[in-house]
Amino acid sequence: HRHLLELLKRTTVHGESNSALIIGPRGSGKTALLNHVLKDLREMKQVTENLLEVHLNGKLNIIDPTNDKVALKEITRQLQLENVVGDKVFGSFAENLAFLLEALRRGNRTSSCPILFVLDEFDLFVHHKNQTLLYNLFDISQSAQTPVTVIGLTCRQDVLELLEKRVKSRFSHRQIYLMNSFDFKQYIKIFKKQLSLPAEFPDETFAQKWNNNVQHLSEDKTVQDVLQNLFHHTKDLRSLHLLLMLAVSAVTVHHPLLTAADLQEASRQHRTDSKANIVHGLSVLEICLLIAMKHLNDVYDGEPFNFEMVYNEFQKFLQRKAHSIYDFEKPVVMKAFEHLLQLELVKPLERPSARAQREYLLMKLLLDSSQIMDALQVYPNCPTDVKQWAASSLSWL
Amino acid sequence: MPNLEHPAYPAADLLRLESLVPCRESQVSMLLSIFGERQHFSFPSIFIYGHTSSGKTYVMQTLLTTLQLPHVFVNCVEYFTSRLLLEEILIQLQSSSSDTEQTCPVHCDSLNDFVRLFKQAVARRELQDETLYIVLDRAEQLREMEANILPAFLRLQELTDRNVTVVLLSEIVWELFCPNVGCLEPFTMYFPDYSIGHLQKILSQNHPPEYSADFYSAYINILLGVFYMVCRDLKELRHLAALNFAKYCEPVVRGEANERDTRKLWKNIEPHLKAAMQTVYLREISSSQWERLQHDGGEPGQLKGLSAHTHVELPYYSKFLLIAAYLASYNPVRTDKRFFLKHHGKIRKTNFMKKHEKTSNHLLGPKPFPLDRLLAILYSIVDNRVAPTANIFSQITSLVTLQLLSMVGQQDQLDGPRYKCTVSLDFIRAIAR
Repeated sequence: HRHLLELLKRTTVHGESNSALIIGPRGSGKTALLNHVLKDLREMKQVTENLLEVHLNGKLNIIDPTNDKVALKEITRQLQLENVVGDKVFGSFAENLAFLLEALRRGNRTSSCPILFVLDEFDLFVHHKNQTLLYNLFDISQSAQTPVTVIGLTCRQDVLELLEKRVKSRFSHRQIYLMNSFDFKQYIKIFKKQLSLPAEFPDETFAQKWNNNVQHLSEDKTVQDVLQNLFHHTKDLRSLHLLLMLAVSAVTVHHPLLTAADLQEASRQHRTDSKANIVHGLSVLEICLLIAMKHLNDVYDGEPFNFEMVYNEFQKFLQRKAHSIYDFEKPVVMKAFEHLLQLELVKPLERPSARAQREYLLMKLLLDSSQIMDALQVYPNCPTDVKQWAASSLSWL
Repeated sequence: MPNLEHPAYPAADLLRLESLVPCRESQVSMLLSIFGERQHFSFPSIFIYGHTSSGKTYVMQTLLTTLQLPHVFVNCVEYFTSRLLLEEILIQLQSSSSDTEQTCPVHCDSLNDFVRLFKQAVARRELQDETLYIVLDRAEQLREMEANILPAFLRLQELTDRNVTVVLLSEIVWELFCPNVGCLEPFTMYFPDYSIGHLQKILSQNHPPEYSADFYSAYINILLGVFYMVCRDLKELRHLAALNFAKYCEPVVRGEANERDTRKLWKNIEPHLKAAMQTVYLREISSSQWERLQHDGGEPGQLKGLSAHTHVELPYYSKFLLIAAYLASYNPVRTDKRFFLKHHGKIRKTNFMKKHEKTSNHLLGPKPFPLDRLLAILYSIVDNRVAPTANIFSQITSLVTLQLLSMVGQQDQLDGPRYKCTVSLDFIRAIAR
C-alpha cells in the first residue's frame, strides 16, 4: 500500500514517469487496493487539481482485438478531448496518442498534467495485435515529455512472459504481489469484522445486540467448523462474502439475530454438488442408461462408447433381471439418450458431421461412477432391481 | 395463510404470486429473501439451473411482473451474437421507461459502449436506486459468443457501478460454464425437479370444466403411470394429457361407462397410450394427425410414423444394391469368400480374430468398402445375370443422394470411390420383404 502511494505521489508531485504491475489471484483485493490508494491520493492537497485519470478495462475493450481503436476512443473520451480530435485522421496509433498529449499540454500552459492510466485485466490487452497500446503507453512513460504512470492489474502470474521483448524492455519491472496470506485465526477476525455493524448505525441498542451476537457466534464450535470448511476450500474473501450474504438474507423481522443454524444452512446450500442434483431429476429410463454407461466404462476401462453399445448393455439387463422396467422401443431409448446429451452429462468426442449416423457417434461420460452411486442412493422411487444392477459387478454376466 | 411474507411487498401481491406458482414456494421465498427490499444491493449475479421445464423462466417472469420490479428479459438463443444481445437489452431499457416516445435505434458495438449507454439509460429511467434485474435465459449460449462476454456480465454491478443484478437461467451446471482464468462466482441456485406428487397436482389444475376434478386426476394418474418412467418433462406430459383426454372420455360420452368405472376406462385407454409413446411422444406424427386418427377410430396398430420404412419405395435393383451394401459394410472381407462363392474353403481362426470377437461390427458402425466389392456381392446375390450398365451406376448415385449410402473420402481417388451403408438392419429387413 505504501509503495503504491509513494509511486503515485512521485508522479503527480514531482513529475516522474513510472509503471507498475499489481499481480494477485482473483479476489485478493487488487481493485480495492488501487481504489483505496487513489482515494488517499485525491485527498492530498497538492494533487487535487492536477491528476487526470484514464481507466481502461481489458474485458470491455476486446471486441476487436486486431486493432486498438476501441481503446483509443475510450482514452479520448475519458480525457474529454473529443472536440479537439474532431475529424482528424491519424496514420498510426503513436501519432494519435502523441497528439492527445500535446493537446493536454497546450490546454494547461504552465506545465503538463500528470496522467494516470489504469489498465484492468492487463493480460487481455496483451493479446492485441502487436501490443500497440501497451508499447506506446510504456514508451511514453519512458520518454520524459509528460509524466505518465501506467498501472496494470492482472491475475496471471506469468504475464511478463506474454509481453513482447520491446514492450518488456520499456516496462520498469516494478511488480507488487498480493496474496491472501492470513491464517485461520485472522480469518475468523475478518469474519467478525465483516458481520459487525458499524458505530454509525442509527439504532444503537439493536447494534449492540447484534454485535454481541456476532461475538458469540465466532466462538461457537459449529460456526468455526463451517468457516474451517470454507477456509480449506478457498482463502478468497469473496466466497466468504457470498456465504455471509446468504446467511444474512435469512434475517427477517421475526428472526432478527443471526444463528449458527443459518450459517450451516447457507454453507450447505453453497456446497451442494450440482451434478448430483441434476441426476436426481432424471427419469428412470435415463438412470438405466447412465448405469449401462458406467458398466461399459468399467469393462472397457474408460474407452469411448456409442449409443448402440449402451443399448446393447441395457437389453442384456432387461433380458436377465428386470421385472419392473417395461421393454421400451429403441427410438424411445434414443430420445432419452439425447436428453442426456442435451444436459451435457454425456459428451461426443468430435462434432457430429452430416455423414455419420447419430447412433454410432462415440461419446464419453462426464460423470464419475462414485457420483452415480451416490446419486442413486438419494434417487426417489428407484426400482430395486435397477439399484442391484448398478451395484453388481461382472459376476452375473 | 400466505407462506410468502416479506415486509417490502404488499401482501395481496404475494398472495397472487403464490397462487400462480404452485409447488415452488420455497424457491420463490429464497429469491425474495435474496432480493431484499427494492433499493437493497443484491448479489452481482445469480445462476439458476434445473431441468427442462422445471419452471425457471416461468417463475422468474411471474415474480418480476407480479411484484413489478424493474427488469429486462432476454433469451440468448434469440439474440445469439453479442451485438444483438447488448442492443436488445438497451432497447428494452429504453422502451420500458417511456411509452410515448419513439425508441430511437441503438448502436452498440462493444461492451465499452454498452457500459456507457447503460449508465445513461438507467439515469433516464429514474429508478431511484431500485435494483434493476437483467434476466438472461438459456445462458449456455453465452459460452459460444465472444470469450469475455460472460465474465463481463457476471461483474456488471462492478463495471457499471450501479444497482443491477444479472440472473442467468440454464440447464447446464455451473462447472461447465466457468472460463479458464476464473471469474466472479455467481450465487448458484437449484430448482429441483418436480416429484410425482407435484406433477400430479400441477397437471390436475388444467382440468376442463365439464368433468369433475376427481375424474381428471384419475386420468392423470393413469397417464403418469405409463409415462413417468420415460419422461418427467412437464411440457411434454401436459401435451400428452391434452391430446389423449378426448379418447379417455369416449366411453363416458358413449354411455358405456360412468365416471367411476376405472377398469373399463383403463382398458380403453391403455393401448392408445402405448401407441402414443411410439408416435406422438417421439414426434413422429403430428398432433393433428393423431387427433384425426382418434376421431376416425382407427386401430392403434396401424399408426405409421415418419421413420416407417414403408414410405420408401425403391426399384428392384436398388433394393439389391442396398442389401449388398449392408452386407459389405458389416461383414469383414475375409468372410466374403465363404458366403458368396459356391465352393468355400475352410476358415482358420487367427489370433487377430479371437481378440476382436467381443466388439461385434454391429456395435461399431458400418465400415467403408470399395465399389468393386459392392458389385461383386451384387452379382452373387442376384439370381439372373446383371450387366454392369450405366443404369446400375446411376442407381448407386441416387442411393447416395437419398443418403442411404454415403460416400467416404474425396471425389476423385485413384482406387475408385468408397462407400458406406447408412441404414439399419430393420430397414433392410423391411425392404427385403
